[in-house]
Amino acid sequence: MFGSAIIVFRETLEAALLIGIIAAATRGLSGRNLWLAIGMGAGLAGSLVVAGLTGTIAEMAEGAGQELFNAAILGIAVLMLGWHNIWMATHGREMAAQAKSVGLAVKSGQREMSALAILIALAVLREGSETALFLYGLAASDGSSRVSLLSGGLLGLAAGIAAGWALYSGLSRIPLRHFFTVTSVLILFLAAGMAGQMARLLIQGDIIRPLASPLWDSSSLLPMDSFAGNLLHLFAGYEARPSGMQVLFYTLTFLIILAGMRWNRPRPRQATAT
Amino acid sequence: MKALVLACLLYPLASLAADAEFGLTIKDHRFTPSELKVPAGQKVKLVVSNLDSTPEEFESHELNREKVIAGHGKATIYIGPLAPGKYPFFGEFNEKTARGVIVAE
Repeated sequence: MFGSAIIVFRETLEAALLIGIIAAATRGLSGRNLWLAIGMGAGLAGSLVVAGLTGTIAEMAEGAGQELFNAAILGIAVLMLGWHNIWMATHGREMAAQAKSVGLAVKSGQREMSALAILIALAVLREGSETALFLYGLAASDGSSRVSLLSGGLLGLAAGIAAGWALYSGLSRIPLRHFFTVTSVLILFLAAGMAGQMARLLIQGDIIRPLASPLWDSSSLLPMDSFAGNLLHLFAGYEARPSGMQVLFYTLTFLIILAGMRWNRPRPRQATAT
Repeated sequence: MKALVLACLLYPLASLAADAEFGLTIKDHRFTPSELKVPAGQKVKLVVSNLDSTPEEFESHELNREKVIAGHGKATIYIGPLAPGKYPFFGEFNEKTARGVIVAE
């Protein structure tokens, strides 16, 4: 029972944490809850479809279908997270400066929210389809342990959602002054980590070269299956044995989004008067 | 200059040369062979066939690989080039029984 709880927990966690961060980062935007719900609903429905099509997707592109599919999802997610951060570089400051104007930037806020709903749908789709497959496997297996395995799975699901919720409430407690800085930094690392994962998938499918594999090996210092390693992997895309290409994708994404945020940051008073 | 730019752009794309291919089979949530010898220092194509009706996830921290394989499905995973050594892998959905190791030499 604990085994299946942990597997489902791990699969759910990634999506739940992303939703927690996005939900926190968009507080104050009107219609946020509706958009979040649309994103999650679409993602759940999509994950069932993708789980059913796993075999078909895997056989596409000469066996690299799954990698291409997941890499495309990650690529879109990176673009949206990057865009969110660059957008927030101006709007976050405005919102922090005038904390009470909740309905601020309603028009651009709606566009932002619809893009983030897609992002959430994709995150739920990716992690949800694996969870659905795993749970399906449990349900299809016979044997007396089925009920306990399934209830373990549900327990894991609940724990993953609880973790996302805890992160959300934790972030919401941060004073508004520092709030957008914290969420922006979190999202910056998250996006870079996703870009690294995208590179790993493309290498696994033999679409791009690994360059150096691995570039370094820190598995004796901080193994991937340790608690700290897992946590760093989730939030910052840590890999104990990354290939050179993964590090390249990671670094470039990090720098490009950071540059966009700097560039879009409002200038001091006299400059913004125009 | 143009040729150089083109070469730089194309370099990251994987080469089309034939790769050494190795097979793994999943049956009753176990990998056969449980120890697979592959050549070190070159890219290896791993084809994992799942004979079970339930899905499995091939995972290895050492190889930095992770892939879901549908029930009665097949998956291609490229690994390496590997330094000589042992690289354990496991099936995440049935971690107790589905275990194996790739030996690069």
